[in-house]
Order: sequence, then structure tokens, then C-alpha cells
Amino acid sequence: MISDVVQEIWQALDEVKDPEIPVVSLVEMGIVRDVVIDKSQVIITITPTFSGCPALHAMKTDIVQRLNTLGYANVEIQTTFTPAWSSDWISESARAKLREFGLAPPPIHHGDLNVMLWEVATCPYCGSTKTSIRNSFGPTACRMIYYCNACNQPFEQFKPL
Amino acid sequence: MNPESKQALIDYLITMADDELILGHRNSEWCGHAPILEEDIAFANIALDEIGHAIVWYELAADLQGEEREAYANHMVYFRDVRDYRNTQLVELPKGDWAFTMLRQYLFDQFEMMRLEKLAQSSYAPFAEAATKIRTEEIYHLRHTQAWARRLGLGTEESHRRMQAALNDLWPYALALCEPSNRAELLTQGGYIPDSRALKTAWLEQVTAYLGEVGLAIPTDSSNLPLSRTHHTEHLGQLLSDLQQVARLDPMAKW
Repeated sequence: MISDVVQEIWQALDEVKDPEIPVVSLVEMGIVRDVVIDKSQVIITITPTFSGCPALHAMKTDIVQRLNTLGYANVEIQTTFTPAWSSDWISESARAKLREFGLAPPPIHHGDLNVMLWEVATCPYCGSTKTSIRNSFGPTACRMIYYCNACNQPFEQFKPL
Repeated sequence: MNPESKQALIDYLITMADDELILGHRNSEWCGHAPILEEDIAFANIALDEIGHAIVWYELAADLQGEEREAYANHMVYFRDVRDYRNTQLVELPKGDWAFTMLRQYLFDQFEMMRLEKLAQSSYAPFAEAATKIRTEEIYHLRHTQAWARRLGLGTEESHRRMQAALNDLWPYALALCEPSNRAELLTQGGYIPDSRALKTAWLEQVTAYLGEVGLAIPTDSSNLPLSRTHHTEHLGQLLSDLQQVARLDPMAKW
């Protein structure tokens, strides 16, 4: 029985979108780590993509609101850094959605963040790899800015982290 | 953890948090004023990250005291007076010119990176976990400020002159980063934090080599400034009045 309830909560959380990238869910991004039911309380453990991410507050509010509408009044959100969030956790389905959204998914790095020094970003608009980095920072903590020399379009890539 | 170590660890976390908070706030003064648009975006992000990291350290200090995280962090940021802050004077100095800002950030980033690498092995697990996470973000900062130090150090006659002047001014303040905190030895023995002397040696070696590579000389005649974390310049009071004025207008306000 409990597992059905937990399953229902995971499904509900898969509908809560990343506030800064509204095409992917917090589950697809690997942000939701655990769902535990302790008597009448639901404890959700999340891990921030960036430790200082200003969207974290919005994520917590969105999760509580979504679960409140399902009838769970007592929701507690815990944050963890164990293990530290990695952009490698972004699911394949989410990567496709990011691309469609105009945001290049982060290269898989297997723990070596020097990846951006050798991996060429692929333009999400035309698929070309004739791209160059313009800024290793961007409009949010998790993005950086590239330029596509094939379609002459600036684009953003999710930072490998 | 015995009570004495616990208190020492809380004090240590507060020095880290205060450094990041004050530097982050100082850096935010460039928002809308950086030399080029890309840099405005980059440096505002770095400022935001540092303030985010400060919150992480305040929260760890809150946990050790059994305090509620958000209320504690808010109190530490908005409702302490100058004399209660434990940041180094390095981070409270006015932003100066672009050379001064970039060089200060480079010296800080390099120290922070080396410290985080060690803290990732802290015997206090929450500390090790947070350090592991923050280190991945700091890689971007250090790469950025190293690139600026190189560009300005080896750039034009003017950029080089400004960088060397900044280094001469910053150096004694930067050394204070490496000074051991209260009862640091107790924490080092417990495996909570790295040995401050070894860290200082490693940092000195690294920054001396890198700055030499980009044409800058470490000053040899650093004057003895009162560099304790309990003494502050007049600049911190001015910074805090800016940072805290809205919160203090109505302390009970809900956002």
C-alpha cells in the first residue's frame, strides 16, 4: 500500500517543472532524490543543481503546492548534497526536451569537468558543431553562452556540473 | 563531537560564510557596470554563487546549534553589527578598479579551491558533502579569474600597471585568508579542517607561480596591518548599512 502512495507522489512530482526550464520536470532533472512517508508526513529530499540556485525556493513551494492538491497537507522538504548533483543525471528524455527548448544539454563528463575544454557544443537549432563559447556564465547559474558559426545563432548550454 | 570542537567548528563555518557573503555583496556592485555585457553576466553570476555558498555554510552552522536554518541565516546576514562579523578585511575593501576586483577574486578563488579540495575529506560528513558540491561550481570561477589575471597581467602597459598596483595593495590582506581561526588546531586534529599552515604553503606556491607567469611580482615588503577577523575597516559598516537597511526597516516583514 505504502509503495502505491509513494508511486503516486513520484508521478505527481514528475509533473512539477523546473521553474527556470519549464519543459522538464524536477524528477527528470535528477533533483528529486527521495520520497518517504512517515506516519502522516511526506518527506521529500531534493538536491540543488547549484548550491546557490535562487530557484530552489520556488521548487520547494511548487512541490508543496502540488502535493497539497493531492491531499498531503504535511509536506517537509529536505535538501541534501549526498551525493552532489551531477548534470550526468539528466535523463535522456529531458535532454531531448532541452534541445527542443533551445538549450543544448550538458556533455556527459563522468566526473571530469574539464569536459568543456575538449567537448564541442552542438547547436540545438541546426545541429552543427561549428560552435564557439562566448561566456562560461549565462542568464541563470546553470547555463553558459555559445555561438553557432553555421546558423549564426547564439544559444545556451546547460553547464556540465 | 565534543562541545569545544563543536563551538570551534561553528566559528570556523561563520568565518567562511562571512567571507563569501561580504565578497559576494561587494561583487554585486558591478552588476550593470562591468566593462562589457558578457562580463556583467559572468560576474553577477559569480557574486550570486558566493552568496549562495555563504548560505550553505550558515546553514551548516545552524544545524550544529539546532537552529532553524532560514531564520538563522537571515539573522546572520541582516541583524548582526559590524563587530560581530568574522570576514577578513580583504573582502570588505571597496571594489576599486577592474584589475583590483579581478585580482582579489582570483586570490580568493584559488584559496577557496584548495581549501575545498581538502574539506571534501572532512571528518564531519555534512561539511565534506557541501565542499564536494561547491568545489564543482568553483571550478568555473577559478578558470574565469585566472583568465582575467592573465589577460590583464600580460595585456597593455596600463592593464599591467593596474594589476601590479592592485597586487601590492591586496597582498597583505590576502595573506590574512590563511591565518588560522580560533582553536584551528583542535579542528585540524579532529580531521574537520585542513592544517592551515600546509594550506598556506600550498596556496603561496600556487599563486606565486601563476602570478609570476602572468608578469606580476609578489611584493616583498608587506606592511603589518591589523588583520584580525575581529577588526574591520570603515568600509564594512558602509557595506552593511547598504546590505541590511531594507531588512532592518521592518524586521517582521514577510516576503
